[in-house]
Amino acid sequence: MIKVKNLTKKYQNSKALQDVSFEVAKGEVVGFLGPNGAGKTTTMRILTGFLPMTSGQATIDGLDVFKDSLKIREKIGYLPETTPLYPEMSILEFLNFIAELKKVPREKRQEDVSRSLDKCDLEDVKNKIIKTLSKGYRQRVGIAQALLGNPDVLILDEPTIGLDPKQIIQIRKLIKNLGREKTIILSTHILQEVSAVCDKVIIINEGKTVAIDTPENLTSKFSGGMIVNITVKGNAEQVKNCLSGLENIKEVNIKNQTEGKVQLEVKSKGKSDSREIIASAIVRNGWGLLEISQEKMGLEEIFVKLTGKNNE
Amino acid sequence: MNNIFAITKKELKTYFLSPIAYVVFTLFLLIAGFFFATYLINTQQATLRPTFYNLIITLLFFMPLITMKLFAEERKAGTLEMLMTKPVRDSEVVLGKFLAAFSFFFVMLASTLPYVLILTKYGNPDMGAIWTGYLGFLLLGAAFISIGLFASTLTENQIIAGVLGFSLILFLWVIGWLSGILGISSDSIFNYLSFATKIDDFFRGIIDFRSIIYYLSVTGFMLFVTIKSIEVRKWK
Repeated sequence: MIKVKNLTKKYQNSKALQDVSFEVAKGEVVGFLGPNGAGKTTTMRILTGFLPMTSGQATIDGLDVFKDSLKIREKIGYLPETTPLYPEMSILEFLNFIAELKKVPREKRQEDVSRSLDKCDLEDVKNKIIKTLSKGYRQRVGIAQALLGNPDVLILDEPTIGLDPKQIIQIRKLIKNLGREKTIILSTHILQEVSAVCDKVIIINEGKTVAIDTPENLTSKFSGGMIVNITVKGNAEQVKNCLSGLENIKEVNIKNQTEGKVQLEVKSKGKSDSREIIASAIVRNGWGLLEISQEKMGLEEIFVKLTGKNNE
Repeated sequence: MNNIFAITKKELKTYFLSPIAYVVFTLFLLIAGFFFATYLINTQQATLRPTFYNLIITLLFFMPLITMKLFAEERKAGTLEMLMTKPVRDSEVVLGKFLAAFSFFFVMLASTLPYVLILTKYGNPDMGAIWTGYLGFLLLGAAFISIGLFASTLTENQIIAGVLGFSLILFLWVIGWLSGILGISSDSIFNYLSFATKIDDFFRGIIDFRSIIYYLSVTGFMLFVTIKSIEVRKWK
């Protein structure tokens, strides 16, 4: 549905995007993940025809985003960053205006607008003036306008930014529902969001794609060995030496030591689960095993690893 | 075409949803009424010419106030991105906004028509000069609006857009003075470029096609530059 090949965008001196390539299949919900300034918004602006690329190619549904920009703009719904809306208008007036621009025929306009209001749960407030709305409602109006004209592709730039937790959950639910029938690209720097709604993640940093995969694959690919946390009653050095000698154990670190209790972090090689071996070794030595738990490397760590923000 | 009207309709609505329209309209009518009434009472002459001159000066100030928000506000609020990523051409947006400001101006001007009624009821004015005067107003107003619109694309600050628009209009108004200062003959390039020299003919009841073409070309040229100015974002 969306094909991006070697996309490069230069601003006067800086390169905002360098050779970004990815594909999005029909019906996929793709999360664009990256720190601020990574090039997410620039990519979206190029796809929506607001900015041209410096080089490279991008097509949506086989149409070139630069040459067939007007046609593409009919097929996509776009929510720009910070959800710009006309504050003086009422929700209904605003949506009618956008529907008109989206070339929804006059006789279908009312139906289209009410479908959109209904999807975003705005029916009850449709006559309210936009400037009086809360951030959560504004965001829904932003998504509602993107839905007008029933586009196949939705491009949402930071759809949940600045919302309270309850609103975030509502918007995510809405996006998930929309994802059943539409192809969606959304950008975010919130990692749970990606695991919550996306089929695929594109991690982008300093204008380059650093990873494209499903959230699950990313987690298993980058976790690089399992970590087991244990708390044991016994001598720290003895426990450490004993565990280090076990099969498949890469590293043992003492994290904390208090009154005969010791907390250790045990890293095993590969993806093997060493919990059983560790537990039996401790029991064999007569130490008291107080706690044992497996730590999974979350998307957070992977993200930090990939974007190299963690230089400690 | 539909897109142009959609934008015109929206802009006109926005004028009247905010206080701008009411403030500008009311004050314009007050000032116009003052000019008309004082002149009429003082001289008892059935002519609109002096009122027209005063109104032109008023418009010099007012027109940039009508146009300054049209692009500057959209840029500041980020709604330009919302607008430009819809299936509309840059030119349609510019023309739509131009037509909105022009319609607003047209209604403002039309609200001075009762003066004509008053004059015809109590006197015998030169109707030809009145209608050509109004024609001159429409042409000049279109040029003012296109300049103000252009100024509005240059900045996201409405005040700067307003001051810039006003300065450009004023400069084109007084540019004819340069020929006097430089001691060049009165049909120099500066006189040709001046707004002021041509409007005089219209108020006297003379229609000079060169003047009409001049005002229309200024408007056309400024609209073209405005469209290009919107496109500049693409080449940065």
